[in-house]
Amino acid sequence: MNQTRKRNRGTKSVYAPGPEQENIESHTLAIIVRNEPGVLARVIGLFTGRGYNIDSLTVAEVDHEETTSRITIVCSGTPDVIIQIKAQLEQLIPVKRVRDLTIFGPHVERELALVKVAGTGDTRIEALRLADVFRAKPVDSTLESFIFEITGTTEKVDAFIDLMKPLGLVDVSRTGIAAISRGATTHDDLD
Amino acid sequence: MTQANLKEQEAQTNEKQMTGAEMVIQALIEQGVEVIFGYPGGAVLPIYDEIFKNQDKIKHILVRQEGGALHAAEGYARSTGKVGCALVTSGPGATNAVTGLTDALLDSIPLVCITGQVPTFLIGTDAFQEADTTGITRPCTKHNYLVQTANEIPSKVHEAFHVARSGRPGPVVIDIPKNLQFEKGTYQKDKPKVEQTYTPVTEPNMHAIEEAVRIMAQAKRPVFYTGGGVINAGKKASELLRELVELTNFPITSTLMGLGAFPASDDKWLGMLGMHGTYEANWTMHDCDVMINIGARFDDRVTGRVDKFSPKSTKIHVDIDASSINKNIKVDIPIVADAEKALQAMIDVWKRKQYKTDQDALNIWWKQINEWRKKNSLAYKKDDKIIKPQYALEKLRDAMAADPRDSYVTTEVGQHQMWAAQFLPFNHPNRWMTSGGLGTMGYGLPAAIGAQIAHPDAFVVDVAGEASILMNIQEMSCAVQYRAPVKIFILNNQWMGMVRQWQELLHGERYSESYTESLPDFVKLAEAYGGIGLRAETPDDLDKVIAEMMKTDRVTIVDVCVDQKENCFPMIPSGKAHNEMILSPDAAAFDKTLV
Ligand SMILES: Cc1ncc(C[n+]2csc(CCOP(=O)(O)OP(=O)(O)O)c2C)c(N)n1
Ligand SMILES: [Mg+2]
Repeated sequence: MNQTRKRNRGTKSVYAPGPEQENIESHTLAIIVRNEPGVLARVIGLFTGRGYNIDSLTVAEVDHEETTSRITIVCSGTPDVIIQIKAQLEQLIPVKRVRDLTIFGPHVERELALVKVAGTGDTRIEALRLADVFRAKPVDSTLESFIFEITGTTEKVDAFIDLMKPLGLVDVSRTGIAAISRGATTHDDLD
Repeated sequence: MTQANLKEQEAQTNEKQMTGAEMVIQALIEQGVEVIFGYPGGAVLPIYDEIFKNQDKIKHILVRQEGGALHAAEGYARSTGKVGCALVTSGPGATNAVTGLTDALLDSIPLVCITGQVPTFLIGTDAFQEADTTGITRPCTKHNYLVQTANEIPSKVHEAFHVARSGRPGPVVIDIPKNLQFEKGTYQKDKPKVEQTYTPVTEPNMHAIEEAVRIMAQAKRPVFYTGGGVINAGKKASELLRELVELTNFPITSTLMGLGAFPASDDKWLGMLGMHGTYEANWTMHDCDVMINIGARFDDRVTGRVDKFSPKSTKIHVDIDASSINKNIKVDIPIVADAEKALQAMIDVWKRKQYKTDQDALNIWWKQINEWRKKNSLAYKKDDKIIKPQYALEKLRDAMAADPRDSYVTTEVGQHQMWAAQFLPFNHPNRWMTSGGLGTMGYGLPAAIGAQIAHPDAFVVDVAGEASILMNIQEMSCAVQYRAPVKIFILNNQWMGMVRQWQELLHGERYSESYTESLPDFVKLAEAYGGIGLRAETPDDLDKVIAEMMKTDRVTIVDVCVDQKENCFPMIPSGKAHNEMILSPDAAAFDKTLV
């Protein structure tokens, strides 16, 4: 889950040649925010404005009483850039906490996808068989199509979609990653 | 409920029925705002109506362009340590404010800017003078609000002031739709919610402080590198800095933004560091073994080439903004804290542990520094026919020193700005206002007006270039209206000197669009605005003209015709290290691939 994705990234230095950038890591951040207007734009704007990478983004209100939302971002960068991203996020006024799940240790990451596949005959049967292997649920079907619901790690969802391509993949809708730490605590005490 | 009952209840619960516009003014008064810089328009008319009714409580300064209001509020804030306040209308009023907001963000100046907005029911319809103000200003403010109901106006205003002044200060925008300004609501003096959620760390971690002080006591080649954070932390911080430097006998340099926190008259002062810093300051930074950064942010104009920046030093960094630590330069001892509190803690530890410096090592270090000083890196060729810009500033310096009034200096952006930083000595904090981070031409005149409004009896001068001054020259009219007798000291070289200098040194002397044809006659221009215009063309004129400027209590432009070809040295070409600085105009020394 905590693997490193290598990625090419332009240097951020104003001077050429800038320092070599290696060790690109992928981190999953849980950002707990006060759910006020513009908060998502503020978080995303910070990434675009400062040239950071977002690989995945999920957001929803998690506590209606407290109007708290949780933004889960998978981002990549050198260890220094990741530290900067967190420090910058913490400067935003509506941000209450930033938890780096990758650093806090074991955590569960899940993504949900809706995958539409069209076809008849053998391809249709093969699609259904593979869906079963992946524990993807048909949530809609017509005589020439299925919509599968699949939940799992990003890699699992990727693999399933790849397999569906030759079998008549028509459309995909993915939620992005939701993540949470394992065990009884929230790790807030470590923040 | 009867009228009497209602009144009684209001008194009991501290609640009052008011219009949104009344609430704005009430909240500003509660925040202690005495002056607001602004410009009216349709979307803020209800607020202007309240300003009219409350003239005895809040003084409104009518600028001539909203950009001026923001810079004036910056000058006011920087020279007083208070939050500056501006009021502008929707659409073009708000977009004109953007440069000033960005300027304040980069230089950490506390501002609250109230913008009018079209009525809520017109938002999103491309209504007349509608602009997405919160969208546009999101990346150039510390925080911003679009007010949703009249009832939340007081809490948003109080929140805005809290956010602007706490932690690393910065600009905050409150966008208020016009219908909410008319709408009646209940004024509640609630403690705003944000004060519970936004509580930046100000107390230093004592382990880090003890470790830092231990390292300082062992240092053989130490240097203090201080910045605007010391000024922002308040006068006490500057006093503590002086005490700590006195205790340790360490040399000290500062960024452009930090000038004045430590007296330039002290023999431990090395002058400013960075791209146009002194030879001794930059070499001390390069060769030091312990660097104590207090409230500076390792800006690229200071560090030069990052991978060659002070390679041998252990770095201690005190900053109130955690995201400034390890952003550009890796440090060894990070301390997130208010500069005043960190300095106090360092002094306490130093005294409690009865630390002594390594006197022998320090003697050798000071000997080395004094060798560097002998380079006399600010030297320039004197001339008795042409006025050298540096000479003009030395004359201004002498005149200010001889004058009993407090003096405040602002600048525009360019060579004149760097010369002012090099040649004018600042011995007190909050006396020097310049656009450091954003480098905004047009900052100096409105900022000077802001400072003069705050300090009516002081001598306030804007050291200007002839190009920069034209960017906000309209504020002459504002200065004259309010009898804010600022002095505009133009070092007129007819060139965008700083641009010309780079073109000379780095672009093969191809002077593309950096010469200004048909400049106005600044003497007549001053007179046209109702001020006084003076001109100096020779060194002899200069004394007379400066004497006259010091005497007059009117707004004055001094047009000092200086050497057109003078360059600003020393200089670290960008991409070079501190020990590769250039002292002379030897173009061959510049690596043209590193622009
Ligand atoms: C708003 C803005 N536009 C452009 C620049 C780029 N710039 C930096 S210095 C400079 C020339 C300034 O000329 P002048 O005011 O005459 O000052 P001098 O360098 O001659 O002292 C320019 C164009 C800037 N800093 N700000
Ligand atoms: Mg000029």
